[in-house]
Amino acid sequence: MFKKLAIGAAFALALTPAASFAAGGGEQHIEDFHFSFEGPFGTWDQNQLQRGLQIYTEVCAACHGLRYVPLRDLEALGYSEEEVIAYSADNFEVFDPELDDFRPAIPTDHFPVNDGVGAPDLSLMAKARAGFHGPYGLGINQFFKGMGGAEYIASLLDGYTGEEKEEAGTILYENKAFPGGWISMAPPLSEDQVEFADGHPATVEALSEDIAAFLMWTAEPKMMERKYSGFVGVLFLSLLSVLLYLVNKRLWAGVKGKKRD
Amino acid sequence: MSGIPHDHYEPKTNGEKWLNSRLPIVGLIYDTIMIPTPKNLNWWWIWGIVLAFCLALQIVTGIVLVMHYTPHVDLAFASIEHIMRNVNGGYMLRYIHMNGASLFFVAVYIHIFRGLFYGSYKAPREITWIIGMLIYLMMMGTAFMGYVLPWGQMSFWGATVITGLFGAIPFVGDAIQTWLLGGPAVDNATLNRFFSLHYLLPFVIAALVIVHIWAFHTTGNNNPTGVEVRRTSKADAEKDTLPFWPYFVIKDLFALAVILVVFWAIVGYMPNYLGHPDNYIEANPLVTPAHIVPEWYFLPFYAILRAFTGEVWVVQFASFITGGIVDAKFFGVIAMFGAILAMALAPWLDTSTVRSGKYRPMFKWWFYLLIIDFFALMWLGAMPAEEPYATFSLIASAYWFAYFFVILPILGVIEKPLPQPETIEEDFNAHYGKADADATPAE
Repeated sequence: MFKKLAIGAAFALALTPAASFAAGGGEQHIEDFHFSFEGPFGTWDQNQLQRGLQIYTEVCAACHGLRYVPLRDLEALGYSEEEVIAYSADNFEVFDPELDDFRPAIPTDHFPVNDGVGAPDLSLMAKARAGFHGPYGLGINQFFKGMGGAEYIASLLDGYTGEEKEEAGTILYENKAFPGGWISMAPPLSEDQVEFADGHPATVEALSEDIAAFLMWTAEPKMMERKYSGFVGVLFLSLLSVLLYLVNKRLWAGVKGKKRD
Repeated sequence: MSGIPHDHYEPKTNGEKWLNSRLPIVGLIYDTIMIPTPKNLNWWWIWGIVLAFCLALQIVTGIVLVMHYTPHVDLAFASIEHIMRNVNGGYMLRYIHMNGASLFFVAVYIHIFRGLFYGSYKAPREITWIIGMLIYLMMMGTAFMGYVLPWGQMSFWGATVITGLFGAIPFVGDAIQTWLLGGPAVDNATLNRFFSLHYLLPFVIAALVIVHIWAFHTTGNNNPTGVEVRRTSKADAEKDTLPFWPYFVIKDLFALAVILVVFWAIVGYMPNYLGHPDNYIEANPLVTPAHIVPEWYFLPFYAILRAFTGEVWVVQFASFITGGIVDAKFFGVIAMFGAILAMALAPWLDTSTVRSGKYRPMFKWWFYLLIIDFFALMWLGAMPAEEPYATFSLIASAYWFAYFFVILPILGVIEKPLPQPETIEEDFNAHYGKADADATPAE
């Protein structure tokens, strides 16, 4: 099983960057999942992110790294400092050049790099893929639905049809969301593969959504702060616009008579 | 400064006189911001301020970004993520800088097309126009090199494709390309020199902006009628103009604020909309993206570059008469730079004596078609190089050149212009009427 995954992942690395942009081709189907963080006022669902972290730790981390994400950032998911310390030490080992040896990870470390089997790093995956395209290259879909990185990930994980074929010694799996239709990553999720402490359902679809939300967080951890800055900025600049409009009107009133056309 | 007659700065106190006899800087600033400005300027004239703001914004955010960025092939991508995750407000700084480039180009394109419609390029404003075109070229260079710095897939492959254009020059192309890259391929040397130049060029642009402003402060602004301000006396000039401060400063600031509302909404809510997902994948020389697409503001010229393939008869003809020196690739490069050069030559290609498109009944339609053509090229630049896009690109490119080299020269001869107002005052009053006698001028 592991060998199959490894080879598959290596191929996925070679294929996905090239194929990612070919999206928009007919057969690719990206489901427009609803995520809590979408829209101007959407926020993270912390429980969902925690479930996503659990899925990542128990499933994805076997092949995929999160090299740009510092473990300390996990406090943003609602964990205490002690919990993050425990989580880091329990799950990851990092190489320490000073010790010249591996040691348990501490919160100031990043999630380990994992390129042993050649699977792509997932830190930025939700921004490195676009779910929606077009129509006709005009970008109108993205304007209304967002870039769709998280939707792409969820659709991909939930998009296996069960068909497989062998090509040049590699097993390819049919996938409705993957550009070209055949992906070399074996279906990673199965029902009840992960057991949640709160008894949340673990269907493939639910797991796919949770991990996609978590990966959106790893790609854009400051999304809420950004949207808040956006909100405050738009509010104050609008106010400034109104004030300047009134100043301008007053200023020109002495010069302009009544508008004739 | 010469130009339209107006009141100049008079030092009043002893201190002012002392300074003025040694360094007349207050007078310079006064004359600059009090410049008599045609009072009928419409809303298309606000983009100059937006551009000045963009330049300042990009320089300020850029300088702070440099404090956290590492120009090295192994570290650049990670340092961007460091900015996005660890630097206080770093995600805003970077997204503002990223989208600031887009705002900059939105503004410059509107500014350029405004000039093309109202004939701002015509005598005596050719120098202003040429300096403007130089600024535009420098902006493109700066933006291109800036896009390479995050060292994503599009950064790397964009750099490879664009520097490859220089490789298409006959005989010396390869040598030039190697010299530009600092080696045989895009690598650390390339990243370092692009970083250096990306930091340098904005200051060159700033200097050119001063020359640009100096030039049109000498000739005076153009205006929607294209009719010159009366310079016969100060009193006459004052009927046509208002001082830049406060009338146009406030008007422009109002427009800028409205534009910034939209800009800020994009930065806050959809900062990656104008970017390319592939640039969140670290550069990998071994994996080529399926479609290498430049940033949106290069797309029209990218479409022109790609339009001239070896199957086009003009290209075959050029290749034949030059004995194969001008091949399809080099022809494309010439066409792309030629498309920009065509704009720069507009003052000498346009034979009409009427400046403003408002009074040119035939010109108007050709101009509107040019705008449509520009957007069509932008769209085609993002499409794959296959039919039917290839044919569309060729037609759209042909129109671009035809507009400047055929239509502009001919229209001036055959077109019958509409009557223009005698003075700017007349045009202004026709729109707004005279100010009420009892209205108090703003203090």
